[in-house]
Amino acid sequence: MSYVLRRIAGMIPVLLFTWTIVFVVLQVIPGDPVNLMLAGVPASQEVRDNERKRLGLDRPVVERYFTFLARAAKGDLGESFRTRQPVGKMILEQARSTLELALGGLLVGLLVGIVLGVLAGVKPNSWVDTLCMTLALMGVSLPSFWIGMLLIWVFGNVLGWVPIVGRGLPALILPSITVGLFIAGGFARLVRSSIIEAMGQDYIRTARAKGLTRSKIVFKHALRNAMIPPVTLLGVQIGVLIGGAVVTENVFARPGLGTMLVEAVLTKDMPLVQALVVYTTAAYLFVNLVIDILYGVIDPRIRMGRASA
Amino acid sequence: MSAVASPAAAVVPRRGKRLRTLRRFVRHPGALAGSIVLVVIVLMALFAPWIVPYDWTETDLGPRLSAPSADFWFGTDLHGRDVFSRVVYGARYSIAIGLATVTLSLLTGSLIGIVLGYVGGRVDEWGSRFIDVLLGFPQIVKAILVVSVLGVGLVNVVLAVAIAGVPRFARVIRGAVLVVKEQPFIEAARALGAGDIRIMLRHLLPNAVPTLVVLGTLDLGNAILTTATLSFLGLGAQPPTPEWGAMLNSGREYMRYAPWTMIFPGLALFLVVMAVNLLGDRLSQVLDPRSVDRK
Repeated sequence: MSYVLRRIAGMIPVLLFTWTIVFVVLQVIPGDPVNLMLAGVPASQEVRDNERKRLGLDRPVVERYFTFLARAAKGDLGESFRTRQPVGKMILEQARSTLELALGGLLVGLLVGIVLGVLAGVKPNSWVDTLCMTLALMGVSLPSFWIGMLLIWVFGNVLGWVPIVGRGLPALILPSITVGLFIAGGFARLVRSSIIEAMGQDYIRTARAKGLTRSKIVFKHALRNAMIPPVTLLGVQIGVLIGGAVVTENVFARPGLGTMLVEAVLTKDMPLVQALVVYTTAAYLFVNLVIDILYGVIDPRIRMGRASA
Repeated sequence: MSAVASPAAAVVPRRGKRLRTLRRFVRHPGALAGSIVLVVIVLMALFAPWIVPYDWTETDLGPRLSAPSADFWFGTDLHGRDVFSRVVYGARYSIAIGLATVTLSLLTGSLIGIVLGYVGGRVDEWGSRFIDVLLGFPQIVKAILVVSVLGVGLVNVVLAVAIAGVPRFARVIRGAVLVVKEQPFIEAARALGAGDIRIMLRHLLPNAVPTLVVLGTLDLGNAILTTATLSFLGLGAQPPTPEWGAMLNSGREYMRYAPWTMIFPGLALFLVVMAVNLLGDRLSQVLDPRSVDRK
């Protein structure tokens, strides 16, 4: 337990750091947010000044930095310049859509990645291996926006099997495949090398000597032990998933955090960008913590807390 | 397999080593296919004006959004421009953008990595932590943030993707330097009176070159893909530039009626990235002494 607490405490400087970077970046972005908000609508200097005052933009930079920080510590990340709603609420509203997409993508990615990786790793250097690894390489080489468009065209327009827009499970299929293919390649390669290593271990020879079937050896013994490096990658892949979501949401015209981020950056909606980046970083750190804890479940040999005390 | 490979490696004289590496490289069907595709595309980029049947800027060459035919191999776009001519010219952008991006991140990243690894101590500790945080951001999000500072445009996108790629290079080179700097020859160089800069540039950098080549090649595909993605999002190359990502962006509105406006630029982009990745993949196997499992 103390291990978990220590890890959570360790997140604070990272978040603070992220916060500061984003704050500085947003300060140097050219363009006055009030002008961007007005979007060309004529307004008197007085209106502009009032608006600046309301948003706190007339305060010195250092003061704004600490005001934001103090509010953030209380969970209030400010309100959007554009919609004038609390950013926390806005993000929560959109988070579900992105979360669904990320989970769907992860599911597809894991499934495709494990199947390709196991097939390739069980018989290294065979034609199956070459085929699977070529497919994996194709996965990382495919422009996800292109594959998304192709999927829409083939399954939505030509065949008419699945709806292209809207919510719910059917509308999630194509975007999930788009995101999934994006991450499946890297996953497959890692599973492959991990399986190859696991298959060379003594316990596999023991299992074989016991007369276990090949599928039992692969799935019960090798795969479970081979999953640790890929699970680590899973943490890193969260970033890739978010990146994939930005593009995929754009292609499928889905609402979500990715769409929100691009829009917020382009309209210089500072509180929203800040909140999005900080939430994303927090999610990334949190997922990685969960994964570290999961190690202990997958591999009882790893015990937490005794690391480097 | 390693038992067969290593004694053979031991008896090959040093002079033949390079040739053997090259042969090992080319013998792989994937690497060979990748090389051929890449050569074709580079030739396409170099000789674009002599290859294309039409001017890529000329509108109303044929009926708008007409399907591929003998006259227009890849069909025409919304403005009646020849898609084939535009795809061929797009190769110039893709390759130039990819190389520029990787070169920039590689130079900056390795410089930072060498300094961090060599200097060590507090500088390294904080620098590495900074890099770790930056690595946590998705590359595309980092690039979008940089574009928002620099403004929309092709050159800015190149800079943005290059900056977003710096942490990865810095981290890997730092790791390589940490290993090399403990070697006796570095101590020898220092004993001979070599200064820090000289050690970094003359001794540490050359030792990182194989790593840099592999990393650079592996990153090239990624760089091409990310810059195209940003152009697709409307942040990079603007129409009428025949950049593949931008072409896909303008093609998507009409893809129901004219799918060729998005199929061919996307296919070209995929082929280039796949070719580069095949080469990078093979290069990392051939140059990495530990990899013996895939011949």
